[in-house]
Amino acid sequence: MTVVRDRVATRIASPPMHRRLSPLLVVVIGAAIVVALTYTLPPFRTYQLATVGAYLCVTAGLTVLTGLNGQLSLGHGALMATGAYTLALWQNKFNLLAVGIVVAILVTTAVGAVIGLAAARLRGPYLAGLTLAVAVVVPSIASTFDGTFNSDQGLSVILNPPPDTMTVEQWQAWVCWGGALLTVLALALLTRGRFGRDMRAVRDDETAARLAGISIARTQVTAFVVSAACAGLAGALFAVIAQSVSPGAFPLTLSLFLVMAIVIGGLGRLTGALIGALLLVALPAVAHEIGEAAGSQRLEGNLALTFFGVVLVVVMLAAPGGLASLRIPLKKKGQR
Amino acid sequence: MDRFLFLTFDGLSRGAVYAAFALALVLIWRATRIVNFAQGAMAVATAYVAYSVADATGSYWLGFIVALVAGLLLGAGVERVVMRFVDHSSPLNGVVVALGLVLIIQGVLGMIYGNEFRPATAPFSRDAFDIGGVALLSRYDLFVFAAVGAVVVLLTLLFTRTSTGLRMRAAAFAPDVSRLLGVPVGGMLTLGWALAAAVGSLAGMLVLPTELGLHPTAMDIVFISAFTAAVVGGLDSPIGSVLGGLMVGLLLSYISGYLGATVAPMAVLALLVVVLLSRPDGLFARSKARTA
Repeated sequence: MTVVRDRVATRIASPPMHRRLSPLLVVVIGAAIVVALTYTLPPFRTYQLATVGAYLCVTAGLTVLTGLNGQLSLGHGALMATGAYTLALWQNKFNLLAVGIVVAILVTTAVGAVIGLAAARLRGPYLAGLTLAVAVVVPSIASTFDGTFNSDQGLSVILNPPPDTMTVEQWQAWVCWGGALLTVLALALLTRGRFGRDMRAVRDDETAARLAGISIARTQVTAFVVSAACAGLAGALFAVIAQSVSPGAFPLTLSLFLVMAIVIGGLGRLTGALIGALLLVALPAVAHEIGEAAGSQRLEGNLALTFFGVVLVVVMLAAPGGLASLRIPLKKKGQR
Repeated sequence: MDRFLFLTFDGLSRGAVYAAFALALVLIWRATRIVNFAQGAMAVATAYVAYSVADATGSYWLGFIVALVAGLLLGAGVERVVMRFVDHSSPLNGVVVALGLVLIIQGVLGMIYGNEFRPATAPFSRDAFDIGGVALLSRYDLFVFAAVGAVVVLLTLLFTRTSTGLRMRAAAFAPDVSRLLGVPVGGMLTLGWALAAAVGSLAGMLVLPTELGLHPTAMDIVFISAFTAAVVGGLDSPIGSVLGGLMVGLLLSYISGYLGATVAPMAVLALLVVVLLSRPDGLFARSKARTA
């Protein structure tokens, strides 16, 4: 028993995020930088900044789930779609953005809880396969219930114009980064405390964690629900930025991009999630420019795709330490 | 009743393809404990090559053979260049690398061939014969049954009757002991990946003419169906994967026939969830494959 407790103790001693800086301070500085940027950047860059904020919501939640709790989800693109469609339907009926975003988060959280309950019983490739199926299948729901979701065309989102004192892009950036910074603050506080310790313990050694009195299933479901809520917020923010939602905006590749973003930035770190979110916006933009320079439409989207794939494979092969902490006890017999 | 019979045969024909694809997944899972999430993309890549050859030479069969050979080479290449160097301490690593391959393959295919659907022609007529006034099977369905049946028989013979098959099984189940006994474990793994990828290419060639056509993401939903088939049968059981494939094919055919084609993907998801939560080792597996 003491051996087990020691194992848990040594593993739990791994450094929590942002030990040096208080998360609140980081968030306040971040907010100041964003506000400053929205007044200096040209409109298109401000729009891109807003997109980074929206991505940051989902990558931060996903990196907590995968990096700290060891559950790989390929279904977060579908969860984002849930949040986006909820916001679109709400806005077109009530046109109350603040409440709509909360409703989008709540609905996505409920969906995430259902998936999370199933996910808590699955490991490794089984979990990946199930969430992959969710990511592939969910967009097709829009075609099945086309009366509500209007099939492939999707829905447009009714929004009130922003206050007179700011441009649309500034307003978008403020809304998105407001959501992103609150998300990061909540996750940083959450993962520093007992819950973060529980998640790491479950990830590293389920048996030891269980012996130490941690409920495995509850920790895993909670982690999934938290990251689903983040994905719902991100989806709602994307609906606000694009002012429309359609199944084509949430393909399987989006879910794969999210995984790439958190792997490349360093799993389990919120700074990694920020790097990933920046890359998700910057790399397609660079690929777009290269494609335009080469005058090839085929190059545009696919160059980014290929590049993301290469980065993912190279990072995984060259720096397996990035994922090495993600040991999930699969049965010994089965492993090579 | 006529409709039911038609849907049954249609489902068996679809199921045969899923069975072949699921079999490819099971081959790699048994050998390396990796679910090859890139298998759909790999199959699409070889199909693109095959149809390029077929278009250039005017011969479908030359393209068909090229697809199988390309599958062998691609499978061996992926194992030699990438998968061999994956750190196996976490089962997630293999999954993430395979997903990276999906992105690379889809991106490269899109750059070369573009992201629009291209027609994938079938070598035989897909019009069903009338048997006693009921349209049941097409020539193409018979071709599918024959091809998948041949693959299943050949793989069974390989694994149960040849020394190479014995070595492959030994390398998969006890790599260290096999190495001590002189089995080239690495070579067997490469061979396993090559065979699996070739079987996947075959399944791709068989299924693409019945779907919308060639597209970099054309196999995504097929992959999900085949993964479900493999899980239904138990990831460790080749026979289970064949039976699972037929079951999934029948289910999809009935659901598309009676409830509409757009409901079919959701039915696959529902089946996957139910099986994973109730019988995660598969309906046919006897040994435990997974800790809960």
